[in-house]
Amino acid sequence: MMFKVVDRPLRMDELHEVVCTPSDGAVLTFSGVVRDHSGDTETSHLIYEAYVSMAERKMAELAESAWERWNVGDIAILHRVGRLEIGEISILLSVASPHRDEAFAACRYLIDRLKEEVPIWKKEVGPAGDFWVEGPGSPSEPMP
Amino acid sequence: MITIEVMFFAGAREAVGTQRLEVPLSDGATIAGLIGHLTDQYPAFARVAATAQTAVNEEYASASYLLEDGDEVAVIPPVSGGMR
Repeated sequence: MMFKVVDRPLRMDELHEVVCTPSDGAVLTFSGVVRDHSGDTETSHLIYEAYVSMAERKMAELAESAWERWNVGDIAILHRVGRLEIGEISILLSVASPHRDEAFAACRYLIDRLKEEVPIWKKEVGPAGDFWVEGPGSPSEPMP
Repeated sequence: MITIEVMFFAGAREAVGTQRLEVPLSDGATIAGLIGHLTDQYPAFARVAATAQTAVNEEYASASYLLEDGDEVAVIPPVSGGMR
């Protein structure tokens, strides 16, 4: 288990050894990378910001709910903050599992929920200026 | 009187101009009362507050949440979500 927000470059393979045990037949790793556009807008780089303590706690809670739904093994999530250039990895999410189907299902669930519930923000910076990317929010949560 | 520690992130931080504030409020104040107080003091915050959620001591909390002395409130603009 590892749920961390870090301010350093991420390596594609660094979670494999964290999650893989002898009883696993699959390790699925999702990596989110910085792309050079958003819709029709050119992006030069991104700035990520997090409420670190709550983000790490929410990641752990999401893993708990994945374990309740699927028979998967260990789960680890790393999210990078600070300035990221095009092509760099912003998030790594690894799910180990005895069988692959459940790893795919859990991984999809985790990345979708993570983007809705974990307090991490992304600012896109480009020739047209910079702005915080706001998703639809989480309609299940009360608004003040 | 109670004192609330408020943290601002992303667009909320930029609207208020600081990451953290200590806000004195009357006993019995709610999240809604805190947001109203901040909106009065920081007009630029109103637009952000309209779509933001709040968390108290790292758990999402509703507008009617009754604040206690020393609570740590975070103003959480919509997270990046979106594009899949």
